[in-house]
Amino acid sequence: MPADNHSLLAGVADTPGVAKPDPIVKGSNISRQFGGLKAVDVEHLEIQRGVITALIGPNGAGKTTLFNLLTGFDVPDTGEWSFNGTSLQKVPAYKVARRGMVRTFQLTKVLSKLTVIENMRLGATGQRGERFWSAPFRPLWSSQEDANTQRADELLARFKLDAKREDFAGSLSGGQRKLLEMARSLMVDPELIMLDEPMAGVNPALKQSLLGHVKSLRDEGRTVLFVEHDMDMVRDISDWVIVMAQGKIVAEGTPDQVMSNQAVIDAYLGAHHDTDITELDESSLEAAAEQELDEEGTHG
Amino acid sequence: MDYGTIFSSALASALGPTAIVYALAAIGLNIHFGYTGLLNFGQAGFMAVGAFGLSVSVVTYDLPFVVGVLIALLATVVLAIILGVPTLRLRADYLAIATIATAEILRLIFGAVETKDVFGGSNGLSGFAQPFIELNPYDSGLDIGIISYRRDDLWILTVGWALVALACLLIWLLMRSPWGRVLRSIREDEDAVRSLGKNVFAYKMQALVLGGVFGGLGGIVLALSQNNIKGSDFSTNVTFYAYTALLIGGAARVLGPVIGAMIFWFLMTGIGAFFSQATSGTDPLIPSDIMTDTQASLVRLVLVGLGLMLLMIYRPQGIFGDRKELAIDAR
Repeated sequence: MPADNHSLLAGVADTPGVAKPDPIVKGSNISRQFGGLKAVDVEHLEIQRGVITALIGPNGAGKTTLFNLLTGFDVPDTGEWSFNGTSLQKVPAYKVARRGMVRTFQLTKVLSKLTVIENMRLGATGQRGERFWSAPFRPLWSSQEDANTQRADELLARFKLDAKREDFAGSLSGGQRKLLEMARSLMVDPELIMLDEPMAGVNPALKQSLLGHVKSLRDEGRTVLFVEHDMDMVRDISDWVIVMAQGKIVAEGTPDQVMSNQAVIDAYLGAHHDTDITELDESSLEAAAEQELDEEGTHG
Repeated sequence: MDYGTIFSSALASALGPTAIVYALAAIGLNIHFGYTGLLNFGQAGFMAVGAFGLSVSVVTYDLPFVVGVLIALLATVVLAIILGVPTLRLRADYLAIATIATAEILRLIFGAVETKDVFGGSNGLSGFAQPFIELNPYDSGLDIGIISYRRDDLWILTVGWALVALACLLIWLLMRSPWGRVLRSIREDEDAVRSLGKNVFAYKMQALVLGGVFGGLGGIVLALSQNNIKGSDFSTNVTFYAYTALLIGGAARVLGPVIGAMIFWFLMTGIGAFFSQATSGTDPLIPSDIMTDTQASLVRLVLVGLGLMLLMIYRPQGIFGDRKELAIDAR
């Protein structure tokens, strides 16, 4: 399968903001400022349909903020972006989700005092029983509820959470919560699923199975965009990698292209990471120190 | 010391009109706070709007009684929407501030001299319950030895407890449905609910309106049982008594607010009667240099407050709450 997915992106140049053959998300000039800090300042962004795209970058690069902006959880200062060709400007978060663009959270948001199966049932869309006037009358919604429950049970089995079905979600471990959140978002039946650090705090054994689950999402025809720090993970499952640093997209490409990209290495390790500090001229260091002392003297 | 009288007055209070009023108000708060996590500190405002909606319609504007009830309920819906539109998009504490302020504003407006022509000033409005009293099917009061009710009270008790029963039935039906599941999910984490495509604002508004209507019903029952209503009937402690009742019974439980209101008024009246007897007479049980009878009337508040603290420490889930559910927070 990966070969096919790579071929979707064959011939796409590895330049930041490059156009994709079949983008599901398109955005330009998206910026968001927090006080004096420009958290996100993306000139152009396209996400290819049907592949796994990784969004990487050092802490504070604006990855999660970009997620929030794209999904309507935060409003950008400037910019326009679209999903499947329709603009998402000023579209509230719940409508973004209904259109098929569903996100998970960096700090998992399971509904602690609801059971696992109730968490799952909540994810189903278009429920008649969620309307106030039909809610008191069970016959109006019980058949739909049964169908949703069946779908939820299938997903729980797939994510190996079926044994936890009746437990409170708050009693799950960190990794199980990540699984539950992923499974729950699938109840919405999204076209694009956006995972914010799906591997954070997950033990290595569970990581492998989570990886498998992310790949299976692509294999059933969904588009995946995920934020991750673990480079092995990124190399293993992503078809395309977008690198952010200080709010901007600094590089794009296949995992191999990106990992050998000088801009990426600079962004992660600092531009002077390969300069050996012991080789710095001692006299110039001394001069700088003296100058500093002088300045302090004049200020004092 | 007449323990029989103390017990029977406490019991009469636990089953009486006041308990009904607070049960309805607490049912409303249960929807707000228990199920949806909305901090409404202005339930007294909803009750006041219900009570004055009825009395103003009937007394000031001479409208039929039934129309008055409808206007009263409609007014609580309007109040909920006015409060909800600006605050429900914000963090939970903004709603708390806005509701407590609104309840105080309403109380002052309803009791003000300037609005005396409409709301009756500090004497309030009275006489509006006549059509309701005339419907009374009972020929006489009820006296079963330990408790007795007058004929008028018996009628209000019948209607009031029927309302409470219907309210509980509705809450039970709603909270087992997917609609109730969305509310409970919003209480847990509204961003998660939003990310699954639910219009959180609309659900919070529905919850605020529904709970407000139950508060309004409580106000109407209060108005009917007194056949008089004035602004000072709705001070902030009304809201906090209702919260106390809810917490005693257990939040997010269908019967929690009802049993809580009964226990609350049993204790308030029982302790009050005990200390009133213990400090009165020629040879009081508690000598007057320790406690006078004016002080005694306040001791019940101290003791109920203490009881609430102990409850929160040793049984924070209330009488009906689920300890297992609560333990999750400790993680």
